[in-house]
Amino acid sequence: MPPLPAWGAPESEPLLAVEDLHVEFVTRQGTVKAVNGVGYALHPGETLAVLGESGSGKSVTAQAIMGILDTPPARVPKGRIRFRGTDLLGLSEDARSQVRGSRIAMIFQDALSALNPVFTVGSQIAEMFRVHRGMSRRDAERRAVELMDRVRIPGARQRLHDYPHQFSGGMRQRIMIAMAIALDPEVLIADEPTTALDVTVQAQIMELLAELKRESDMGLILITHDLGVVADVADKIVVMYGGRVVENAPVHDLYRAPAHPYTRGLLDSIPRIDRKGRELHAIAGMPPNLLDMPPGCAFAPRCPYRQDDCVTAAPPLHRIGSTRGSACHYWREVLDGSHG
Amino acid sequence: MTARPHQVPLRRGPPAIRETPAELYERLVLGRYIIRRLLQAIPVLLGATLLIYAVVFALPGDPIASMYGEKRMDPDIIRIVREQYHLNDPFIVQYWHYISGVFQGDLGTTFAKVPVSEIIAGKFQVTLNLGLTALLMEAVIGVGLGFYAALRRGRAQDTMVLAATLLLISIPTLVTGFVLQLLLGVRLRQGTGIEIFPISGVSDGWRSYLLPAFVLAGTSIAYLTRLTRTSLAETLRADYIRTAVAKGMPRRRVVGRHALRNALIPLVTYLGADLGTLMGGAVITETIFNLPGIGQELFRSVYERQQPVVVGIVTLLVLVYILANLIVDLLYAVLDPRIRYE
Repeated sequence: MPPLPAWGAPESEPLLAVEDLHVEFVTRQGTVKAVNGVGYALHPGETLAVLGESGSGKSVTAQAIMGILDTPPARVPKGRIRFRGTDLLGLSEDARSQVRGSRIAMIFQDALSALNPVFTVGSQIAEMFRVHRGMSRRDAERRAVELMDRVRIPGARQRLHDYPHQFSGGMRQRIMIAMAIALDPEVLIADEPTTALDVTVQAQIMELLAELKRESDMGLILITHDLGVVADVADKIVVMYGGRVVENAPVHDLYRAPAHPYTRGLLDSIPRIDRKGRELHAIAGMPPNLLDMPPGCAFAPRCPYRQDDCVTAAPPLHRIGSTRGSACHYWREVLDGSHG
Repeated sequence: MTARPHQVPLRRGPPAIRETPAELYERLVLGRYIIRRLLQAIPVLLGATLLIYAVVFALPGDPIASMYGEKRMDPDIIRIVREQYHLNDPFIVQYWHYISGVFQGDLGTTFAKVPVSEIIAGKFQVTLNLGLTALLMEAVIGVGLGFYAALRRGRAQDTMVLAATLLLISIPTLVTGFVLQLLLGVRLRQGTGIEIFPISGVSDGWRSYLLPAFVLAGTSIAYLTRLTRTSLAETLRADYIRTAVAKGMPRRRVVGRHALRNALIPLVTYLGADLGTLMGGAVITETIFNLPGIGQELFRSVYERQQPVVVGIVTLLVLVYILANLIVDLLYAVLDPRIRYE
């Protein structure tokens, strides 16, 4: 294993860069092209929100970064995932499992099913120290209690030997977070961490994640389909559709003026208090069939800006200024329409 | 969210000298649970005696006639014997005589005046040895093969295991019994000159049980292999397994710790319930291998209409079944902390 560059690499070098990533699943019905040339970059201390509906490829991309895709049926025919300059896809399984969990960690949507029901939460957290750091049981449990305190679990010491089902949904997600941050990872991927929770608890979890990120220089990838969650915490947004990045932008620019018809549709469909009583906007049509992707733009069948060339030629990611990009032939019109 | 009412020591290491209230409570609940389950067994056992008694009663043929076989008997003697064993009374009266004896600790006698308790005491050990050996073989081979197949799903080894289990399920015990007796018992001894697998009786100690136990366990091994394979394969797809992988746990630990404990839960249920099935199946196996256990005795007693013996043995098997299920339920809670006794 070539040594991964240590802390203090040049500023310009992103912490994590996904480049032209393709992931497909071989099934009986055919090859499902889940991710088709996705690229995004994450810098230390940054929060990147990855936004998209089910099937947009946002979770699959994250699982490819973690290296937890089941292969087969999944395979990665093309692309690179560079972590501090080293392509993770080129590493041996041994080298990857040293990165996984300790330098890049992940938390999942449903903490109840993501925690092992037959082991105590204490042992599941302590396991990180025991396996990765070779600590004794006693030391590892002491560290587990510290972590449970850090993610604000009341009475951490007494609850060390409790099982996941004895915790509430929010507390379980805190356990997941404690496990993920145990070894001070440089990248934390949160895959819809609040979807299964009450609204009030959602806010607490998001606040906790933001706080943990402030305390370290960790980069956070926040995967979500909820635009509301994103606005307060994210620095940059990547919008995915049909396994591609359709728009990327700093969060406020995107909210102010989306440059892709899909993003526009998403923003229009958020219920707003000043439009109370009026019918909610919905994006017409259905998400694309990943088994049989159209040759042109995946969003074309549902797009109000559609022209003839949209169904024949897939638009590349056009650069807009120095910080944004939109995969739409008519991004200028969309952007103007947003301003007007 | 519930908080423990008392401080629990951080490490559950060396023997805890003082019990916390929570632990005391759990112990009391557990004790009450076991007592209740055992009380529930009483009506089940009574029902079993009545049912078996009725079934043997309804069997065609006459016990006295079968006792004397072809010999012509003096009608007066037959009349005396019939009266002595209440054979002329209606069914319910006969059953009353039997069950009131049972409550006084008397399981009855055979027509030859041998107490049933004595017969069972002498032969139960053989069947228990046979059943437990079979259960051990089933657990080791079934779980082992199931794991082997599950970790190689879709590959040639997996397909071979599946085909082998299908074959084993399809062949009746009678056939595997005689074929293995011939091949591994007789032919192997003729070939090597050493008797590796004794084929009859129990005079060779534990070795006597190897072949019969394998034959007895055969079908169960096949079912358990398939169940293990499915259970592990399903567990490996669970979210918490993905979490374990994402935590950077080595595969050995993911399978051997995170998946194993969860995959074992349905297997324990099956194994527990199977001890009863195995001991019932001993009727055929003990007859093939001439093992002097209660299976063989049961077979003979049904043939001779020895009502008290049949009822005694079957009721004992029911009791074994009930106890095995109780042990399963207790083990269940050890494996799965979500289960609590009520």
